[in-house]
Amino acid sequence: MTDHLDLLESHAIFILREVVAECERPVLLFSGGKDSAVLLHLAAKAFAPQSLPFPVMHIDTGQNFDEVLDFRDRAVARHGARLLVASVQESIDQGKVADPGPLGPRNRLQTVTLLDAITKHGFDAAFGGARRDEDKARAKERILSFRDAFGQWDPRQQRPELWQLYQGKVNPGEHLRAFPLSDWTELDIWQYIAREDMELPSIYFAHERDVILRDGMYLAVGPFVEPRPSETVERRVVRYRTVGDANLTGAVLSTAATLSAIVDEISLANVSERGATRGDDKFSETAMEDRKREGYF
Amino acid sequence: MKLATKDLLRLATVGSVDDGKSTLIGRLLVDTRQLFDDQLDAVAAASEKRGVGDLDLSFVTDGLRAEREQGITIDVAYRYASTPTRKFIIADCPGHVQYTRNMATGASTADLALVVLNVAHGLKEQTRRHLCIAALLGVRSIIVAVNKMDEVHWSESAYVSVVDELTTLAHELGFESVTPIPVSALLGENVVERSAHLEWYDGPTVLQALEGSDAGRWTHANSGARLPIQWVLRQHGGGRTYAGMLNGATLHEGDEVTLLPANVVTTISSITSGTGPRGAATAGLSIDVALTDETDAGRGDVLATAPLPTVTKEFEATVCWFGEQPLRATQRLRLKHTTKVTPVRLRDLSGVVDIETLTVGPGSELATNDIGLVTLQTADWLVVDDYRDNRVTGSFVLIDDVTNATVAAGMVGRAAFLSR
Repeated sequence: MTDHLDLLESHAIFILREVVAECERPVLLFSGGKDSAVLLHLAAKAFAPQSLPFPVMHIDTGQNFDEVLDFRDRAVARHGARLLVASVQESIDQGKVADPGPLGPRNRLQTVTLLDAITKHGFDAAFGGARRDEDKARAKERILSFRDAFGQWDPRQQRPELWQLYQGKVNPGEHLRAFPLSDWTELDIWQYIAREDMELPSIYFAHERDVILRDGMYLAVGPFVEPRPSETVERRVVRYRTVGDANLTGAVLSTAATLSAIVDEISLANVSERGATRGDDKFSETAMEDRKREGYF
Repeated sequence: MKLATKDLLRLATVGSVDDGKSTLIGRLLVDTRQLFDDQLDAVAAASEKRGVGDLDLSFVTDGLRAEREQGITIDVAYRYASTPTRKFIIADCPGHVQYTRNMATGASTADLALVVLNVAHGLKEQTRRHLCIAALLGVRSIIVAVNKMDEVHWSESAYVSVVDELTTLAHELGFESVTPIPVSALLGENVVERSAHLEWYDGPTVLQALEGSDAGRWTHANSGARLPIQWVLRQHGGGRTYAGMLNGATLHEGDEVTLLPANVVTTISSITSGTGPRGAATAGLSIDVALTDETDAGRGDVLATAPLPTVTKEFEATVCWFGEQPLRATQRLRLKHTTKVTPVRLRDLSGVVDIETLTVGPGSELATNDIGLVTLQTADWLVVDDYRDNRVTGSFVLIDDVTNATVAAGMVGRAAFLSR
């Protein structure tokens, strides 16, 4: 009996193989978060026993959780992948983006670093772990999403995408973003991770941490988050539902320490993962659409 | 870890602009509690900001800035819903004729169409066009939400008159299952909650109809097994396996298969999927197979079991044209069919479909959103089934060679309602 996870897995593997066959130079964008971990796991399955036919690229804001960087390096080593790191700090040093200061948000700056890296390496397709259930703009995006020579997404002029006839041809300078996990929900991701018994960064599981409550989110006290005089440091049992920059990603209060406890917790959640934990989406009603138009993930 | 398994149903909304497709999907998601609190808060805030009341349900799926400004759907929104036994993938499609290409995108992989129409307006031309395209795309089951019943004071006669008109059309188009339901998406009557105003109606609500639908998967086919080869995997020790997504009939270890277009008969010696080796595989699974003998097979070839598909370079097809300029015989086009891309040329435009009468008339050109019957000639051999037998090996897209834009959806053969 094939269930929904088998079908989602098969569809993702189909997309991975199709893009590799049709494009000249693909790359897989890897943040060390759960979605990109699933993507890398699926990519390894799609081409086994051969090695990955593309490199893995991390857009490094320099504001990461240490546990995530450790996981990134272990995952890349386990799959024998070639890791490229594109640094937001370099973009700042080159004067391509304004320096927000050591503690300032770097989320939006990543777009410049990403597009520069795509141009530098001549990539014509970039796999991403984005899912349509994450955000209303992502809900509108094709599985193979066209980017013009400036890296822009035009949501009013998307290519028709019929059946599973994904066509990957672009002219020089243009590229595609490919989203094999488009039809997966957060719960599907966790059920799949549990079924496959995958490793993840430890911060996804409940642990004790010093946090402060800022703008309704629990932020971890650390090199990128300094408590302000009005804020009180608390020791709480928390875990992360998403992994982004340490100064923009909130922890949730949770005692879920195992995969099955997390699946149960997500099944009952009444706040979305980005709503609960992501400062980068809170800037405006169309924060994601605006960033995506510029070339964001 | 053991998990409850769920069935997967893909549905697309179909119908004219302003008849309430997005509102119905918004209502369905809200009343089944698929939305998180923060998403609901965001919809409420956006509604207030644009002065459209407490909660404009269409904003649940109309997520683009331009869509909210104009109050229309421009492109498909994909939303997900889950009940204890089923996962639903919902493609909320635009109704404007200008965005027909996006509607076709959403409907091409639909197992079922959720048709929404306004009881006061009946079957508009755009509703007919969408139903026609859904039928051509091979959708066999439709649930018809006859919407805005509150605006006709819950009138049974108004409902019956629309349903009569619709049933006649649905019969002509060859739909196998038609479930009409009187609803008010705005007020939430007969979507998830049963209506108190419709004592003359004792059929299912929209949710009950969706949960109870026996629509087959879009990949279901009447053909033999088909494995279009995507990629060749080199195994340790020198062997090769052939990877792709299976469609058509079930494929078993030990099955005799024919490699096409080469027409070489061989046998499946093993099948592997994402979960490991398996004795058999069903449609929709990505697998790789080993063959009993050394065979020169590669991307674009097809492994098939009987009854075998057709190997051809010239065939009749039905196309929905999305190009901004009319289709011309001199246009440089490529065709993508399964995993094969080949140059293609238009040999003949034998007719254009009249949406009003569902007849095929003569035509000298195919304009944007026209549906035409054509004969195509390809540079390379294609391995095709009639679209009515197999939605994977019977479908193709046409690609503009200069811009790389997808300019047409194509189906091998012609639908029964176009054969009169």
